[in-house]
Amino acid sequence: MQLSLARQFKKPWMKTALQDKFIHGFFFFNGMLSVVILLGIFTLLLFTSFPAFNEINPIAFLTGMEWNPTSYVKEVYGIVPMLVSTFMVTLGALAIAIPLGIGTAAYLSDVASPRVREIAKPTVEILAGIPSVVIGFLGIVLVGPIIAKVFRIPNGLNAVNGSVLLAVMALPTIVSISEDALSNVPHSYNQASLALGASKWQTVVRVKIPAALSGIIAACMLGMGRAIGETMTVLMATGCAPAMPESFLGPVRTLTSSIAIELGEVAYNTTHYYALFALGLVLFVITFIINMASDIILHKFEQVNR
Amino acid sequence: MKKKDFHQMLGFVFLRACIGVVLFALAGILWDIFSKGFMVISWEFLTSMPKDGMTKGGIFPAIVGTFFVTLITAFLSIPLGMGCAIYLNEYSKKGKITRLIRMSIRNLSGVPSIVYGLFGVVLFVQMMQLDTSILSAGLTLGLMTLPWTITASEEALKSVPQSYRDGALALGATKWQSIRTNVLPYAVSGMLTGTILGLSRAAGETAPILFTGAAFYLPFLPKSLSDQFMALPYHLYIMSTQHHAIAKVRPIAYGTALVLIVLVFCMNFIAIITRYKLRKVRME
Repeated sequence: MQLSLARQFKKPWMKTALQDKFIHGFFFFNGMLSVVILLGIFTLLLFTSFPAFNEINPIAFLTGMEWNPTSYVKEVYGIVPMLVSTFMVTLGALAIAIPLGIGTAAYLSDVASPRVREIAKPTVEILAGIPSVVIGFLGIVLVGPIIAKVFRIPNGLNAVNGSVLLAVMALPTIVSISEDALSNVPHSYNQASLALGASKWQTVVRVKIPAALSGIIAACMLGMGRAIGETMTVLMATGCAPAMPESFLGPVRTLTSSIAIELGEVAYNTTHYYALFALGLVLFVITFIINMASDIILHKFEQVNR
Repeated sequence: MKKKDFHQMLGFVFLRACIGVVLFALAGILWDIFSKGFMVISWEFLTSMPKDGMTKGGIFPAIVGTFFVTLITAFLSIPLGMGCAIYLNEYSKKGKITRLIRMSIRNLSGVPSIVYGLFGVVLFVQMMQLDTSILSAGLTLGLMTLPWTITASEEALKSVPQSYRDGALALGATKWQSIRTNVLPYAVSGMLTGTILGLSRAAGETAPILFTGAAFYLPFLPKSLSDQFMALPYHLYIMSTQHHAIAKVRPIAYGTALVLIVLVFCMNFIAIITRYKLRKVRME
């Protein structure tokens, strides 16, 4: 009798303990999945771009001034024009988005009344929900013609257009994270500064923004990462001429739009195809470095404020 | 007026101008799309096939395509995202592995969408031989939305009070029993709403589906998951850059943009409303 009772208790307990371990293991593997995917993306890009360098000199690839994979005479694979294009468009976007973004964040955290803030913050965040292809479409039908008129050029599809659109896309990221950083500055800083006779404006500029600086820098870097990796808007709005960009008012073709344009036309497993994966690898590495850096900055910032 | 106050006034004017510009940009975007797209929308536009080389007719197949792809995305990303969030919030201990996982998630959310597209081409289209299809495109988008799903699900789990878990454990429940009976029932609706936000972004993405299954024009609806498909964002891209008579199809492009924006906003709206209701319930 006693034995059977003990067995009754023992058996289900054994079972649940085993089950629990099994479930723990299951969730652990599920948790590791993101690591596997990240590594998977990197390895697949690496291995698929590797065959390209049977025919292309890696140094010529990274320093070449011309990209012409479909030439009848000799195919040339040089990514410098695309790198220059990418950075032109991105820097232009940041030049617009950083002052606007920090200004908006400072307004939301320090000037706006709680009621205005309650409405204004989600409204700004609506911008993040607009699909990139819609922004690109507006670049063609709305921003393009305006730019053509203002600068008196025949065609508004150029680097400036791309910069304006990418600024719009990077803004929600910059505003949201900068605002968090500003709101997280201890209230005592604010009070101390005001007690010493500083005005509210002086407090914002000389106390709060410096105190939140690492968070703001991280926000700008995340915005930059978004701008570099954005495909559809630049594909639609920057004109996409594969030559070396001449000015901000000329057409440019970024890394992302080159992949988007050419991958559709190329046969699988040719040198050109592999070269496009090499472009993807370059893009992945650039954004990875930027994301890691902003992550480290943000992490430090959290520790300091604790 | 003191110099200090004058500076403050100027400074605040600048800050107000900043948010003014941002709100003006948003209003401009919405006004342009809504005012020009609204005239195109009709029952026929939403429910008929494209006609006459896509210069007339509707966008029905694109709506259907986007619906099915988003469904596949949800099937991949919701369970995996929830599982990962459960591990991070309930099981993981502070340490190197947890930090590695969190770092990977943050990095994954920063990987450019076109890179996910390349990954999808190699993994799903070529290696797994799914061809360019709804399945390939949906799985690619599913991987892309995973980091957002994880973050949203974790938020929901965090909002369940620790005492719920402790109570179950004190009564002799195992870890999984406490999670299943005392945590998940309170977190699951929050997890789902968070994932809707991620799915709405997936529904509007174009770059990952460019080469994994989206088609320029199909005269029929997809019959199975291994068919190619038309999708709203890709249709808008085609209509505004690749079509042979761009000026003529501009109204259709505006209509497509409006439908896409409304779809994405509706999904966001549902998520926000549900979240608001949940928060209220929890407070009471």
